[in-house]
Amino acid sequence: MVGTDTASLPLADRTIGEVAGLLERREVSSVDLTRACLDRVARDAERLNTFLAVREEGALADAAAADRARADGDPRPLLGVPYALKDIFVTRALDDDGTPIPGGLPTTAGSRILEGYRSPYASSVDDRLSAAGAVLLGKTNCDEFAMGSSNENSAYGPVRNPWDETTVPGGSSGGSSAAVAGGQACFALGTDTGGSIRQPASLSGIVGMKPTYGRVSRYGMVAFASSLDQCGPLVRSVRDCAMVLGAVAGHDPRDSTSVDVPVPDYVAALDGEIRGLRLGVPREYFVAGMEPGVERAVRVAIDVLAGLGAEIVDVSLPSTDKGLATYYIIAPAEASANLARYDGVKYGLNAGEDDLLENYLQTRGAGFGPEVKRRVMLGTYALSAGYYDAYYVKAQQVRTLIKAEFDRVLADVDALLAPTSPSVAFKIGAKIDDPLLMYLNDACTLPVNIAGLPGISVPCGLSDGLPVGLQVIGRAFDEPMVLRVAAAYEAAAGFDHLRPPTARG
Amino acid sequence: MITRADVEHVAILARLGLTDTEVERMVTQLNSILEAVGVLAEVDTSMVGPTAQVIPLENVMRDDVARPGLARDAALANAPLRDGDHVRVPVVLEEGR
Repeated sequence: MVGTDTASLPLADRTIGEVAGLLERREVSSVDLTRACLDRVARDAERLNTFLAVREEGALADAAAADRARADGDPRPLLGVPYALKDIFVTRALDDDGTPIPGGLPTTAGSRILEGYRSPYASSVDDRLSAAGAVLLGKTNCDEFAMGSSNENSAYGPVRNPWDETTVPGGSSGGSSAAVAGGQACFALGTDTGGSIRQPASLSGIVGMKPTYGRVSRYGMVAFASSLDQCGPLVRSVRDCAMVLGAVAGHDPRDSTSVDVPVPDYVAALDGEIRGLRLGVPREYFVAGMEPGVERAVRVAIDVLAGLGAEIVDVSLPSTDKGLATYYIIAPAEASANLARYDGVKYGLNAGEDDLLENYLQTRGAGFGPEVKRRVMLGTYALSAGYYDAYYVKAQQVRTLIKAEFDRVLADVDALLAPTSPSVAFKIGAKIDDPLLMYLNDACTLPVNIAGLPGISVPCGLSDGLPVGLQVIGRAFDEPMVLRVAAAYEAAAGFDHLRPPTARG
Repeated sequence: MITRADVEHVAILARLGLTDTEVERMVTQLNSILEAVGVLAEVDTSMVGPTAQVIPLENVMRDDVARPGLARDAALANAPLRDGDHVRVPVVLEEGR
């Protein structure tokens, strides 16, 4: 039995597993729960800056409808559970005749260039969670176009970490991770292109999963790097992760890269048994520059899994140190193509210049922030005549090698164990002026995107009073194994109920 | 080494208007990033093909069935400049050119 004991915590801080039971037994209403979350959102709006848009009335109306459905015997597990969407997923805010839907939420992707954008359609994950009866609270802050590891690249101000407001929550899904850590939403969705779910989950002391590429539909997700982007849950327990993943995973004809493989029962995979599993520890992931407290916590976590009967195997992924370079060619190259659509014509900012080229230059110059400009420049350069083979093709070749190394190692072991991030939450401002230093935050997560594999970050203790994450990486579409290992660790280590000191009350 | 002229050229390709300060900063930062990316040159890839995407899918087809697209007014509602049922753009082809 995988247990999560959050019963002693305030309502807003409990796991989905806990509140779903309360809702089912009608001990708590969805309206109460939704109000508890909204109260936290309001209380900490300025302090944490997690939400870019809140739908208070709409959420309470949805919650009341969920309570009525519950009274009629509707058994859906996420019915009436409040959640938040990273502001990178479009939410429908326009009628067919182009008039704003009252209470409809704008979608900004954390960028000035999309300020005030109202989508005429909804993302698939929004549709799926609505169909599951979950209650949307609002849209969370993020790094602009999901480019960043600290949430400092948002055009709408940085998000602060509930564990220590002088530190970052991680990024790019930092609003989602801080909202879940701070008791503002029972769960949130984020996106992960190089670590943008797992790294903020690690720094915010919660669970976050990047599923296999193709597992969750990207339809209605603002594109950053299309061969790497994937949507996933930020939650307070591994069981919650399994519940949310089950609700959003699955084939979607509207996303031609979504893969038509059956969605297993992820909750059923959490049987707590990992005896006899072979778990690989890639030695290249314990790199120079890793904080000693992080390495210590992760090594102890590995010992815990060994104590549960798993066989720990030393493995090697020799191209790991080429991951960062590979990523910082492929991701910016794809981004520079994806972001070409922000031309001031169909939507978004328009500088109003009469000359066409000048209008593009001024619109994009004013609408994009420094990190987005840097990546668009880097990507355009890597794709430009004379450099395409040396950078872009070369990176794609190294991508082949990185993927082959994972495939080879994962043929021999059931899953891999590694740190999620080389550091705990760092001070706001500490790395923002040094792009390379910032990029190193994702050294342990981005190879997983390059290979398209599933990875989870689960809290594994504290270093300097701040959370550390253990990363579990699995074979493509083997989320059940990843969740099983993470859940067994979580149950044994007992960090699942850890909450930031500032979130209580 | 990326020069100031390279940055200015790429900025035009990328349709990005950069201030003088941004160009200066970009020269420094792109050079340091490209230096780090230079480790790729050490890898022997003479026998390795490129990977553009990792999933075993190709030529995803669907039945050719008509279905409604976005409603016209909804699709036009976000356009910064609109003229009836069209979006307005700056002059692309000038008369007589």
